[in-house]
Amino acid sequence: MIRSITRPKPEQEIDRLLEGLGRVFIIGCGTCTTLTRTGGENEVREMRNHLTKKGKMITGDAVLPVACDNMAVLALKDYADQIRLADVLLIMSCAFGVQTIARQGKKIVVPAVDTLFIGKETSVGLFDEICTQCGTCIIGETGGICPVTSCHKGLVNGPCGGTKNGKCEIDPARDCAWTLIYNRLKDLGRLDAMRKYQKPRNHQGEPMPGKWMVGGR
Amino acid sequence: MVSAFKKALQSGKFVVTSEVGPPKGTTLDKLKHHVELLRDKVDALNVTDHQSSVMRYPSLGGALLVKELGGEPILQMTCRDRNRIALQSDLLFAHSRDIHNVLCLTGDSVILGDHKEAKGVFDLDSSQLLATIRLLEKGKDLGGNALEGSVSFCAGAVVTPEADPLEPQLIKFEKKVEAGAEFIQTQAVYDLDNFKKFMDYARQFPVKVLAGIILLTSAAMARFMNKNVSGVRVPQELIDEMASAPKGRALEKGIQIAGRMIRRLREEGMCDGVHIMAIGKEEVVPEIMSAAGLL
Repeated sequence: MIRSITRPKPEQEIDRLLEGLGRVFIIGCGTCTTLTRTGGENEVREMRNHLTKKGKMITGDAVLPVACDNMAVLALKDYADQIRLADVLLIMSCAFGVQTIARQGKKIVVPAVDTLFIGKETSVGLFDEICTQCGTCIIGETGGICPVTSCHKGLVNGPCGGTKNGKCEIDPARDCAWTLIYNRLKDLGRLDAMRKYQKPRNHQGEPMPGKWMVGGR
Repeated sequence: MVSAFKKALQSGKFVVTSEVGPPKGTTLDKLKHHVELLRDKVDALNVTDHQSSVMRYPSLGGALLVKELGGEPILQMTCRDRNRIALQSDLLFAHSRDIHNVLCLTGDSVILGDHKEAKGVFDLDSSQLLATIRLLEKGKDLGGNALEGSVSFCAGAVVTPEADPLEPQLIKFEKKVEAGAEFIQTQAVYDLDNFKKFMDYARQFPVKVLAGIILLTSAAMARFMNKNVSGVRVPQELIDEMASAPKGRALEKGIQIAGRMIRRLREEGMCDGVHIMAIGKEEVVPEIMSAAGLL
């Protein structure tokens, strides 16, 4: 299953964002940030204790089942009084949840986490970015591995000179995507696919910001 | 328009190129000095393009300077900092100012440089940049539009003969040749027996290969490269040889080793020339050439 992957913002940044906002209502998410342990019940409780020590008044908190669902705002109705008292909603969900709540509420929202990528859990507790939703999918020619996403430089014609022992030049903990693609295509007897010249990519496959309606456009 | 460098490549002589790096800032004295020192000794001088992703004076500016000082520049162009519009535009400019040699590189990650939060562009890759040059030469741009006045370049690329794994790198090499690379300057090589094997393979293709020679300045520098620089492998016996140099004489030893390697490459006719990189020690390039019997 895909998940929105988040990382807690540095303490100083949250302090800065909450400057002059003394009354805080904290919102967590029961889906992705619970799984990544960045905004579930435990983290919301820790944040509450932490901010209380810093002199903030916590008017209340809630962990919504799915913060990015449009129903989230209905769930918050139960906390209407506590929210009314608050100067700010500190939201420990990914930016999808933050924006869902911001769009429908009338309160300043502050995200407590940075949203990193839409990831897939590739082993227990490890998430990898494997698709950046570019709109021009080429994995039919790369053994089902996306170089646009998995190669740090998004190269589509093979590796750069930065491969070291099959790892990426920016981090020996990251695989070189083109080593993975090469190994996969070799196993499949399809190295010819790697020899094919790929034209410059269309970076406007779906111009940002993407928009789509059921039934196409 | 056939550049002097292209003529040298076609002449069958053992071609020698070296490189100069533009400064961080606008004080060009040192760059000028290096160009003046080397312009008559080598067939062409590469001008690096924000090497290691460190922001500097532009390679295009440096290449113009080489030209003004009577040298033969090879303009290095990476795909890291410019999209296809800017790259094509710079190629038009280079041609118009009589710069006709280009080395096409993907470019290091910005994360390795001194502006770590910058956006890495990589709109094109090195093989696509080569193909773009060949397209512009036909009077068309990547948008499919006709040019008023086209370009002409001797275009080259890089290969890493010590890459691990090697085969993906060789596939990319072949794609670069197919895309239009006329010459290759390799990443540094030190194990010449291994390089010979690479050349036995590379010889099948219609491309001139200049072996990359990076001057060793100390045993510690050799160990550092082995640990940190992708695609560079200094064999233990060379590290030991560097370490055996008396105190204060390591550079001399490095010059000897580089000279010896170049001499062997040339005498055995292993490749078409060398590209000497003396990173920060450009002053001693003539000494390396003397040690190799080239001066």
